[in-house]
Amino acid sequence: MELAKVDAIIDRYNNDPTALLAIMQDVQDEMRYLPREAVTRISQKLSVPVARIYSMATFYTSFHLEPRGKYTCTVCMGTACHVRGAKRLVEQLERDLAIPSGKTTADLLFSIEEVNCVGACALGPLVIINGEYNGNMTSDLVSKKVKQIKSQEGGA
Amino acid sequence: MTVKFTINGVPVEAEKGESVIDVARRYGFEIPSLCHHPAVEPYGACRVCLVEISKGGRKKMTTCCNYEVQDGIEVVTDNEDIRRNRATVIELLLAEAPKAKAIVKLAEEYGIHKSRYEKEGDPVAQMHDGCILCGLCVRVCTEVVEVSALNFTGRGDKRNVGTPYMETPQNCIACGACAYVCPTDCIGFEEENGVRRLKKWNRELPLAKGEDGRPFAPQFQLWYFTQKAGLDKDFYKKGGPGSR
Ligand code: SF4
Ligand code: SF4
Ligand code: FES
Ligand code: FES
Repeated sequence: MELAKVDAIIDRYNNDPTALLAIMQDVQDEMRYLPREAVTRISQKLSVPVARIYSMATFYTSFHLEPRGKYTCTVCMGTACHVRGAKRLVEQLERDLAIPSGKTTADLLFSIEEVNCVGACALGPLVIINGEYNGNMTSDLVSKKVKQIKSQEGGA
Repeated sequence: MTVKFTINGVPVEAEKGESVIDVARRYGFEIPSLCHHPAVEPYGACRVCLVEISKGGRKKMTTCCNYEVQDGIEVVTDNEDIRRNRATVIELLLAEAPKAKAIVKLAEEYGIHKSRYEKEGDPVAQMHDGCILCGLCVRVCTEVVEVSALNFTGRGDKRNVGTPYMETPQNCIACGACAYVCPTDCIGFEEENGVRRLKKWNRELPLAKGEDGRPFAPQFQLWYFTQKAGLDKDFYKKGGPGSR
């Protein structure tokens, strides 16, 4: 764990406890999740109880306390995407990656996530992979995407 | 600064910053409450302290534990409307905590013997284990004990109170303050065989013996007190700080 990175982020905010949320976001951006050591460090440096940080980290769905994959496949489960078969896309991803939705593969390459409407309903169903919006998705297309990333990353 | 207003038509006086519930009780008016304690900040979670407050000719029903006194307001603490609204809230709370004595008693006062909302085997109710999420334990541990071992976790139907990572809190001094203020007795404070236990937090600490040789308080708690209050390290003699 590179605590130096966490320290640098906290320093950027001058150890200001009112910047807690921003610091948590920056750490999460840097590491893709909030490692426990980072939470402890933030708590010590800002004099904010761990209980409070844990409370915030579990309140906001954008925070993760477990390691996340390099690629996050976010499936929109909003009404419009749902009626166009978003559920099938999740199931396809679950099969291809052999993990349940919400989890991360052991090689830390992929995570599956579900959200509710990202405001691009006309393009539904949507799968967002690390911020890249893929509209009009089908199970086949999603599978292809995953394969592509896998080979690109030198995997099987 | 003195603030003047009326409660049920009776002129009353209060200090600026006081809450309506504290003033009403001081004057003898009864208002039910579950999440209020004068030692901590109000939170307005349980909603049973509903009253009617009129201000400038406008009347509204509101919780009064988190309502600061104001000049000229007219507070009504009891009428049919208020009782009906409180009864609904109490019935919902009874569904969450059907075994909590304080809530059962309150329900009976409002003529409720069984909640229509109770769900046998409801996973959410089971997770809460009789806890009504009033937050008193959190506030007492944070504001009074200043240990901050507890907080709310999650959101929506996963909202709960607990310890970080749902683990035994290593900073908890097992003082029992949280269990003492809990309106539903769902934390579980026990002392036996020289050990004090807080069941809900899974915290257990051995009790130091007092001068009379009887178990007295956790050594860790005494150590914390001497540190906090800047007491002599031998203040609690036998129960002293030897733990660290
Ligand atoms: S017993 Fe532990 S959790 Fe409860 S108030 Fe005391 S320190 Fe906090
Ligand atoms: S455990 Fe008790 S004091 Fe804490 S939130 Fe639940 S009901 Fe309130
Ligand atoms: S429902 Fe998927 S973008 Fe709106
Ligand atoms: S006592 Fe006022 S909301 Fe609980």
